[in-house]
Amino acid sequence: MSSEKDTAPAGGAAGTGLLAQHTRERIDAWVAKFPPGRQRSACIEALRAAQEQNQGHLTVPLMDAVAEYLHLPPIQVYEVASFYSMFELHPCGRHHVSICTNISCMLNGADQLVAHAERKLGIKLDESTADGRIFLKEEHECLAACTGAPMMMVDHVFHEHLTPEKLDQILDELK
Amino acid sequence: MAEEFVNIEINGKPVKARKGEMIIRVTDANGDYVPRFCYHEKLAVAANCRMCLVEVEKAPKPLPACATPVAEGMKVFTRSPKAIAAQRAVMEFLLINHPLDCPICDQGGECELQDLALGFGRDSSRFTERKRAVPDENLGPLIATDMTRCIHCTRCIRFTEEIAGIQELGMIGRGEQMKVRRYIESTVDHELSGNVIDLCPVGALVSKPYRFSARAWEMVEVPLISPHDGVGSNLYGHVLRGKLKRVVPRANEAINEVWIADRDRFSYEGVYSPERLLRPMIRQGEQWVETDWESALAKAAEGVRAHSAALGVLASASSTLEELYLAGRIARGLGSANIDSRLRQTDGRDERNDPLYPSLGMRIADVDALDALLVVGANLRREVPILAHRVRKAALRGAKVAFLNPAHFRYHFPVASALEAAPSRLVVDLAAVLAAALEDAGKPAPAHVAAALANVQISAAHRALAAALAHGERRALWLGALALRHPRFADLRALAAVLAETTGAALGILAEGANAAGAYLAGAVPHRAPGGGALAKSGLTAAEMLARPLQAYVLLGCEPWLDAPASGAENILAQAQCVVAITPFASDTLRAVAHVLLPAGTFAETSGTYVNLEGLWQSQSGAATPVGEARPAWKILRVLGNMLDLSGFDYLSSEQVRDELAGLCGAGTAYAAPRYAGDHRVATDVAAAQVVDVPMYRIDALVRRAASLQNTREGRTPAVTY
Repeated sequence: MSSEKDTAPAGGAAGTGLLAQHTRERIDAWVAKFPPGRQRSACIEALRAAQEQNQGHLTVPLMDAVAEYLHLPPIQVYEVASFYSMFELHPCGRHHVSICTNISCMLNGADQLVAHAERKLGIKLDESTADGRIFLKEEHECLAACTGAPMMMVDHVFHEHLTPEKLDQILDELK
Repeated sequence: MAEEFVNIEINGKPVKARKGEMIIRVTDANGDYVPRFCYHEKLAVAANCRMCLVEVEKAPKPLPACATPVAEGMKVFTRSPKAIAAQRAVMEFLLINHPLDCPICDQGGECELQDLALGFGRDSSRFTERKRAVPDENLGPLIATDMTRCIHCTRCIRFTEEIAGIQELGMIGRGEQMKVRRYIESTVDHELSGNVIDLCPVGALVSKPYRFSARAWEMVEVPLISPHDGVGSNLYGHVLRGKLKRVVPRANEAINEVWIADRDRFSYEGVYSPERLLRPMIRQGEQWVETDWESALAKAAEGVRAHSAALGVLASASSTLEELYLAGRIARGLGSANIDSRLRQTDGRDERNDPLYPSLGMRIADVDALDALLVVGANLRREVPILAHRVRKAALRGAKVAFLNPAHFRYHFPVASALEAAPSRLVVDLAAVLAAALEDAGKPAPAHVAAALANVQISAAHRALAAALAHGERRALWLGALALRHPRFADLRALAAVLAETTGAALGILAEGANAAGAYLAGAVPHRAPGGGALAKSGLTAAEMLARPLQAYVLLGCEPWLDAPASGAENILAQAQCVVAITPFASDTLRAVAHVLLPAGTFAETSGTYVNLEGLWQSQSGAATPVGEARPAWKILRVLGNMLDLSGFDYLSSEQVRDELAGLCGAGTAYAAPRYAGDHRVATDVAAAQVVDVPMYRIDALVRRAASLQNTREGRTPAVTY
């Protein structure tokens, strides 16, 4: 029984030291927006900051660091991180590209755009490029930009009225 | 504060309800059952199972009864066509992914999902897609999981967060991927963890030791009292054909609410330990031979009579009141006052000033309402888990809880102030806290403590403890087991009594064992007669009996080499001419020192009474059939008394024994919270001192043999000497 051994949270030793100064400042700014003692409300933004610091994905030690920094039980941080689709819990590319394939975008050629991107990058959905530059997210629910269909979200920025050429240009600009 | 009431109607009946109360509490109070899974009266409202949907007039859709507050004029229908349709629909959703494995599920027959599916569900499912499967979690040796059965009510998660105070389980993932689990694999380590087994409405979390060993409907439910600590938690023993299969809580708001500690829940495994003594045995030379009761008792009687001039009786403080009383009567009938049940206590200097019995000084239920509490020398979660839970409730309410302890113990609530110092410093530190409190109150020190306070250095930490205890109106000061085991307990208690008086706090003595208070009333201490009266001449204390060998010993349910702090108790016992053990268990050590072994029933196999630390007498009848030829210890003592030709040993029942003792106690059976009123002159010197912190699952003979508890993290923790 592997659980019989002592399994202190993996991040315990490293502690909040894993969080860079600029990440802490971002978290502090979010904590300040909520009443004292309600720092749990800042959990999502804290995880976003930690994920960006770590080039696009979260690790258990990083989540533990966020938990320790916000004085939360680690499990509450894992709950949030596993629930929201913008958090990646496995290594992946640093730029998150989600091409919307929901109904309006689908009717406007999203499937061709996905095929184009897959060909261009040489990866399938839910894969990352070998250089760690781009991660094609598998699925994203409708992002409420149907008037600009087909659209995609790159690192939380919307790009609308996409064409294969426009897609190429956006992807090429990602460093 | 006057409570505001509103008038509502439930199924056409007019009902008065507290303003803001949730509908489900009102329907429960009025006997209108609303089905539910996630709602639990002791946990926060989650409203995520949706099973309790009811129709409310003028509301456009059904509302969850657990999360809808009542309002003036509200009309609630719990069994209207709309409500029933909603409940059936929810049930259908809940059953989409729930496996149909009731025949092999331990919860079968006592499953809330089964019951509600029958009462509120459809007879067939329209769902033809695949069901999901969820990997199981390893939560340690006490709780078995079948996570595929989980319906995501989150009761277990809320329990760990709200009651245990350390959230260990969480809801990971979303949608169909959602699972209750730990993200990082590890065990659930909490002294109350077993309660999630009762809370789980389905068979996702079940008892690992009990699993697959009986069916709920085959067993008989018998009320029992916990034999491990002075709280006296109420239990049910579930018995199948005379065998105790498991232990579950019996709700009692005044004591354990609906919870019990893991120690109370799983210690029953010890009842069927391989070390159970099955037949009376006598030693012939170096050989042990099984014999019949008659010869064994005759041998025992002969032995103790021959050495009655120097006879010592050591009794477990978790024995029943009847056993303790009869053991005391036998000792005194033979002319010996050497009987003690305070096996881990070493300081008997001030025992003539002992109150009627060691008392919590208050009602257990009132602990929740404390405003201030100073705990001196107690590893509270380990010693009295249910009290620790109530202290946590008080602390979360805003009470200031402070600790003066030989080490840092982890609590899952805000601690106002804590001072950790070596045991040798404990008396001096408590004196300094008292000095600070007297200074704050502007009172002079009473004469018997004045010398001790004369030269103490008051630090900021001492002032902080004194200040914490001065907070609010309802205050208490408790001395725990580490204080009781301290070689200078008398000094600690005298100081604590003055501190309690100065600050208006109730003084509580958290004496060890389920019957520590009962032992005083039964005369199972060397300085008290049955009924609690003082004796003109005290006998030897347990520590004295184990310091120099006597000629004969009677051991009642105890193992002094494990239950007493002095090392080498077995060597002292080995020098006696006759050692009679009335015991459920026979270890190799016991066989090496004893001469007669009389197999006794455990707490589950005997009728008897326990007096808890608030002085409450609680009686039980036996639940299980004694193993082998074991007999309830009170019957063994009765026959032994007769064989020794002592008069008045012709009892017919344990109730008769109890009633005779209750007659001797007179007013002592009523609630009184007896207080220490001594004037013990406190010494000032700092002497070397050691106290042992005994792990929770090594506290008595029964729990030491509960195999699953021994496999927990706490069970594998060594005792620490501070």
